[in-house]
Amino acid sequence: MNVVVCVKQIPDPAAPPALDPTTHTLDRTGKLILDDSDAYGVEMGLQLASGEGDEVTLVSMAPGGEVSGLRTALAMGAAKAILVSDDALAGSDALGTAKVLAAAIRRAEPDLVLTATESTDGYTGTIPAQLAELLGLPSVTFAKKISIDGSTLKVERQTEAGYDEVECPMPAVVSVTAGVVEPRYPSFKGIMAAKSKPVDILTVDDLGVSKDEVGATGAGQEITGVAKAEDRGAGEIVVDEGDGAQRIVAFLQELKVI
Amino acid sequence: MALGTVWVLAEVGESGPTSLTYELLTEARSVGSAVAAVAWGPSTAEHAAALGEYGATKVYDIGDVGETLPGVPVAGAIAALIEGGDKPDALLLPASYDGRDVAGRLSARLNLPVLTNVVGLSEGGTESQHTLFGGTISATARFTGAGPHLYVVRAKSFAAEPGGGGAAEVVSAPAPEPGATGAARVIARHVEERSGPKLDEASIIVSGGRGLGSADKYEMIEQLASLLHGAAGASRAIVDAGWVPYARQVGQTGKTVKPNLYIACGISGATQHLVGMKGSKNIVAVNKDQDAPIFTVADLGIVGDVHKVLPALIEALKSR
Repeated sequence: MNVVVCVKQIPDPAAPPALDPTTHTLDRTGKLILDDSDAYGVEMGLQLASGEGDEVTLVSMAPGGEVSGLRTALAMGAAKAILVSDDALAGSDALGTAKVLAAAIRRAEPDLVLTATESTDGYTGTIPAQLAELLGLPSVTFAKKISIDGSTLKVERQTEAGYDEVECPMPAVVSVTAGVVEPRYPSFKGIMAAKSKPVDILTVDDLGVSKDEVGATGAGQEITGVAKAEDRGAGEIVVDEGDGAQRIVAFLQELKVI
Repeated sequence: MALGTVWVLAEVGESGPTSLTYELLTEARSVGSAVAAVAWGPSTAEHAAALGEYGATKVYDIGDVGETLPGVPVAGAIAALIEGGDKPDALLLPASYDGRDVAGRLSARLNLPVLTNVVGLSEGGTESQHTLFGGTISATARFTGAGPHLYVVRAKSFAAEPGGGGAAEVVSAPAPEPGATGAARVIARHVEERSGPKLDEASIIVSGGRGLGSADKYEMIEQLASLLHGAAGASRAIVDAGWVPYARQVGQTGKTVKPNLYIACGISGATQHLVGMKGSKNIVAVNKDQDAPIFTVADLGIVGDVHKVLPALIEALKSR
């Protein structure tokens, strides 16, 4: 079985974010790391593709031929990666990104495509359904458990009230929530092996995607302004000297909630 | 500049439209000159009065989609309306599980861009506001091409207010045959038990995080929530760890909440969490690390051990 896992390489979320002052898009020129949210999809993919001849292929889009995050996922056990990297992709919106990823995914002829529910930085959350529509595949989003029975996926899908048991024929696109599985840490052996695993770096032309449909020109939207959000401003911070609970009680009385 | 016709993707359950549906209809009324709802499910027509009261003059009834996951058939029905020439200037969709599926499917199918995580509309609905990076940055965006413009709106971005309209006219808009893309089917539905008010409707929320130390300590959070007649919430960390169900999660990937009072216990306040709760009117935080980011948004912050402060607080509330 061929499993494709879409992964995003993002600026370290722990570092202060930077936006390009003219285009207001996220500055992605620094070092990028594997989005934490994607580690779950990689782990799920590795667990589902554990049979003889099964394999996990990573698909990613990033500027400057960035592979740092891909190496992390390869070290976890993915077999190979396709990276689409092209200056023409700067400023792509979610739909443009989905078109590029779909074209790259088609090359891998997957039985199953896994994604996170949304990235940590852009968090639009529309890519899984956009990908499925572009690939002409069924989809199940917000999976919190996945198993395979023959050529049928059995998924527990998160809902407002609880969860639904969903069945879906493969090939299909499935987005996984954090916590679907516990991602493994790459072993030293895995890290060493990852260095020589194949990463196919492609351009927009290689994929046959029109440049008019991607990048800032293809994006049907623009950010017209950014501002620092208003700070809430911290209130009173006190160290508990055994009176912490009483202070909270007094605050609740002040609010008239008790 | 303002919008003409605005459609709202309405989620209608057995007990009626969701609160987010009412929020979207209210905002649609303020930015558009005509408002219609698009709904699916077996009982849409029964709720035409409620949808009308909040501003829809018309409701496109897709009907029951049965066991098919709604994303594909609902997007198909909307696409059929639009391709048939009946198209709005904008479509407001809820940032819910099914709302995001419909938005993604529709976007790819009609080759239309989507603006997601909308928390406000301005310039008559031709500009949208978004919060980025855990709410530290506020961005304004707009579409550059022709519509219909797809906005996916987060819960609690707008206040729901009835407009006093009569029942919406129900127009049948059945879903076309979904084909292979609509092959995902629901086999069984499970409802997780919940006591007290719903997380996104509660006026008081008590949430717990990793600082609780272990899953069994979450009982303190539930007890406190119950004493205050509020709802119990959670940080992503303890949902991922399997201590509590996902339905309890507050944050970017969970629920956005804006209660009158939010009490964060043993939650450090990662941007992931802050974006979901910093709109709360009053915030109390208890955490042993005085540098925890949660204290930057707290009105009252107690630097202390949740295992000492919470039991004392529970006792104090019980004895009142």
